[in-house]
Amino acid sequence: MEHIFFSVLLSLSMAAFAFSCYRRLVLVAIGKHEYRFDQPLARFKEMLVYALGQKRVMSRPFGLNHVVIFWAFLVLAVANLEFLVSGILPGLSFALLPEPLHDALAFLFDICSLAVLIAVAVAAVRRSINPPFPGARTCEAYFILSMIALLMLAFFGMNGALIASGVRTASPFTPVSGIFASLLSSCLAADQLNLAVSVFWWIHAVVLLGFMNYLPYSKHMHILTAIPNVFLRTMGKSNTQPREEFSEGNIFGAATVDQLTWKDLLDSFSCTECGRCHDSCPAAATGKALNPREVLHAIKENLLQNGTVLEKLAGDAQAERAVSLIGEGKKGATPESALWSCTSCGACMEACPVFIEHLPKIVKMRRHLVQMEAKFPDELLNLFENMEQRSNPWGMAPSERSKWSSQLELRPFVAGETEYLLFLGCSGAFDARNKQVSVALTRVLDAAGVSYGVLGREEKCCGESVRRLGNEYLFDLMARESVAQFREKGVTKVITQCPHCYNTLKNDFRQFGLELEVLHHSELIAGFLASGELQLEGKMEELGNLVLHDSCYLGRHNDVYQPPRSVVQAVTGTAAGEMERNLDKAFCCGAGGGRMWLEEHEGTPINRARVAEALALKPDTICVSCPFCMTMFEDGVKEVPGAGVQVKDLAELVAQALPKTSK
Amino acid sequence: MLVIACLKQVPDTTQVQIDPVTNTLVRDGIPFIVNPYDTHALEETLRLKDSHGLKSVALSMGPPNAEATLRKALALGVDRSILLSDRAFGGADTLSTSNVLAAAIRKLGESEEVGLVFCGKQTIDGDTAQVGPGIAVRLGYSQLTLVDRIEKLDLDAKTVTVRRKLEGRYEIVEARLPAMITVVRELNRPRYPTVPMRLASAKAEVESWSNEQLQLDVNSVGLKGSPTWVSRIFSPERQEGEIIGDGLNDPIAAARLLLDRLVQGDMLSV
Ligand SMILES: Cc1cc2nc3c(=O)[nH]c(=O)nc-3n(C[C@H](O)[C@H](O)[C@@H](O)COP(=O)(O)OP(=O)(O)OC[C@H]3O[C@@H](n4cnc5c(N)ncnc54)[C@H](O)[C@@H]3O)c2cc1C
Ligand code: SF4
Ligand code: SF4
Repeated sequence: MEHIFFSVLLSLSMAAFAFSCYRRLVLVAIGKHEYRFDQPLARFKEMLVYALGQKRVMSRPFGLNHVVIFWAFLVLAVANLEFLVSGILPGLSFALLPEPLHDALAFLFDICSLAVLIAVAVAAVRRSINPPFPGARTCEAYFILSMIALLMLAFFGMNGALIASGVRTASPFTPVSGIFASLLSSCLAADQLNLAVSVFWWIHAVVLLGFMNYLPYSKHMHILTAIPNVFLRTMGKSNTQPREEFSEGNIFGAATVDQLTWKDLLDSFSCTECGRCHDSCPAAATGKALNPREVLHAIKENLLQNGTVLEKLAGDAQAERAVSLIGEGKKGATPESALWSCTSCGACMEACPVFIEHLPKIVKMRRHLVQMEAKFPDELLNLFENMEQRSNPWGMAPSERSKWSSQLELRPFVAGETEYLLFLGCSGAFDARNKQVSVALTRVLDAAGVSYGVLGREEKCCGESVRRLGNEYLFDLMARESVAQFREKGVTKVITQCPHCYNTLKNDFRQFGLELEVLHHSELIAGFLASGELQLEGKMEELGNLVLHDSCYLGRHNDVYQPPRSVVQAVTGTAAGEMERNLDKAFCCGAGGGRMWLEEHEGTPINRARVAEALALKPDTICVSCPFCMTMFEDGVKEVPGAGVQVKDLAELVAQALPKTSK
Repeated sequence: MLVIACLKQVPDTTQVQIDPVTNTLVRDGIPFIVNPYDTHALEETLRLKDSHGLKSVALSMGPPNAEATLRKALALGVDRSILLSDRAFGGADTLSTSNVLAAAIRKLGESEEVGLVFCGKQTIDGDTAQVGPGIAVRLGYSQLTLVDRIEKLDLDAKTVTVRRKLEGRYEIVEARLPAMITVVRELNRPRYPTVPMRLASAKAEVESWSNEQLQLDVNSVGLKGSPTWVSRIFSPERQEGEIIGDGLNDPIAAARLLLDRLVQGDMLSV
């Protein structure tokens, strides 16, 4: 009788669960098309490493705790399957297996259940004392933890009662259940023990089915979506954003959930609310309205609120009925000021254990604001006009671009005669401080005997800031112009001193059909030092204690971490001083994402925070390898009276260390 | 009622150079931009379109490539864009320029009443600031120059009240419509075109009027109608002083040298 009742209950919950999942899938399908099934083998491998191997989860405090729960859950899934099957067909259970195998499984289940119980307790204590993010102490979180704990306790109760009532013999392979058995037999009478078996069995059954049906409605949806989400991640780095097609009638950017892609929407259902993105975000850390976790959460809430309406409507009606993803103080919306605060540093994406991509979503919403509403911070009007009319952020006359080198004899780039194009970038050509870096770099290149040429006044802005700021239309114009120019001139190898130019030439231009071999000066110089093509003189004592700052667009976005370090090692003879947040966890200088051109009205300046972090190491020199970082650090250091620190670009260190004859 | 913006396409003067031999502007490869003041004139017509439902028109006299400027105006939302282009209009000074513009405005007025004409305060190439007033005089319109705020537009009473930004003071003036207003940059913040409008403007028609439509006496337009000729343009030569140090390669030494000179010359004491 009981198992018939259970069969009905199980079928109903399975149906309800399947329906909930189907509803979620339908919502995800509202998103625009995006292809994420290329390189299936590589995807599968990454999934093994990051989802099953929990590589990123483990890299932060309490990650191990999650790994325990995750793996124990996978093992216990087998136990639960047996539980459900034997619930319908009582004869069919692991008891039928050969004894050694049965014992081994029983042992594994016993130990895993204990491990989960302990890990859940640790998680609850941690959440209470040191929550992953402010506001993480939600009823939902504790409810889930209690459900899991209850499930484990019911498991032990059931097995304990079975042993105590003599149905199952006590065995050294189930030590924890054994303890429960003695507890139960000491406080219950023999006939009560049989009742206890059923009671625990039913608690276990109800909690298990309840938990399963609660999943799709909670943050624990990630139990279902995280693994596929890792499989469907952007392969390589998420260091560029998709192109848009500029034809009439199209919608540009995203202001409603149906204007995002299905993967963007799946991301929102995969968030585990671990808060790591928020912890890593320079904007959040300095009091801006931006919180990358909330950006994702808002998308999910918006989808849940709007999705059902959207899915029934089509075309224009859809756009009208949808509630905007962008707005102040509304559920399911991100404030404009938050969107503009992002430095596109990528720290959030690097930290996210399930490979959620925050930046493309932020850029898509910026694209909507700029392109559909022409709504953006005041400072950007000039920037956009300058970029469009004069192809540089300051609106300098393009003829001034080659002025910095008027006293140097630089060769123009000619395919076949010069090997590399030295792409100076706007800062390297117009900004007073960074022009010095350009001069230093040409000295180093000359000393190494590199064959290079420049575009001089014909060089154009790469458009990097414009793209991150969401003015994709303008970027598209600029990129197509540059790509045509590079093709016409036969450019194939480029040296840049700016990581932003580097990323755009290397990764953004690829979308426009141009594959270039792009080298950041740090990579080129490190190579020459290693091969002996570049010789340095002695060790640079006057640099003193040197601290290295990682540029986001070199490090996190392009995995160039070692070259600047080996160059510093070669110049100073010692390893560069490292800040606490370095390498893939480096804290942004505040200038990325077009923030270079915006005032920082909210909170405290990001560069001040980073400079303070560097100054804590009492350096004599701060070494950067990006013109934007240079500006941010120079400005930040000036604000600290008596800091007595010099900010140097890597190329300047090397130029200083060249033998006197080649200076 | 019409509200008209006069836009001049000018060479980007930050990039213009003067040929030392011929003493003429080297215009080769120099990009053209909308005269910066005129972007504010255009913005104001668009605002009045939005706030008062006026019909907006952009007007420019210039060579055929001035169409780009007018297309941009369409992308920003004007209802009509008209290019006044004819070989006979070439080489115009301010007198003949205002003749042509005034004739075009008069012609527009034949089919619909003109309320306001907005011009920039001046251009960045010719810099005369005469065209706006010239138009007003030729059409008998009220003339309001250097306006930095529209206080009130009363379409029933047919008056406009503006604030003029003068040296050291403001002046609030009320005038009858139709009126010609020249604007300073403080008037407004020009809008940026949305992408859908840009795309639509690529297809929209820029009307082109030649002297056939305007029927002006050929002796009153272009070079023939221009009593003023530019005889020579030149960059002033540096008469005194010298360039010291090498600020590019050794900025620290250059700064030191500069300081020494300032101290030596006792130029830093108050
Ligand atoms: C270097 C240089 C020097 C010159 N010197 C003289 C001179 O001394 N005397 C002289 O008479 N001419 C001169 N000219 C010619 C004259 O500048 C222009 O050709 C004349 O048409 C407009 O005068 P402006 O540019 O000074 O306009 P301004 O009178 O300064 O312009 C005011 C406003 O009038 C409107 N406007 C002006 N021109 C047009 C147009 N073509 N289409 C639509 N709207 C327009 C705009 O709204 C503009 O903001 C000179 C030109 C150059 C390039
Ligand atoms: S990219 Fe950087 S600034 Fe932007 S949300 Fe992520 S962590 Fe914050
Ligand atoms: S987006 Fe990623 S890092 Fe941020 S809270 Fe969600 S799961 Fe954690």
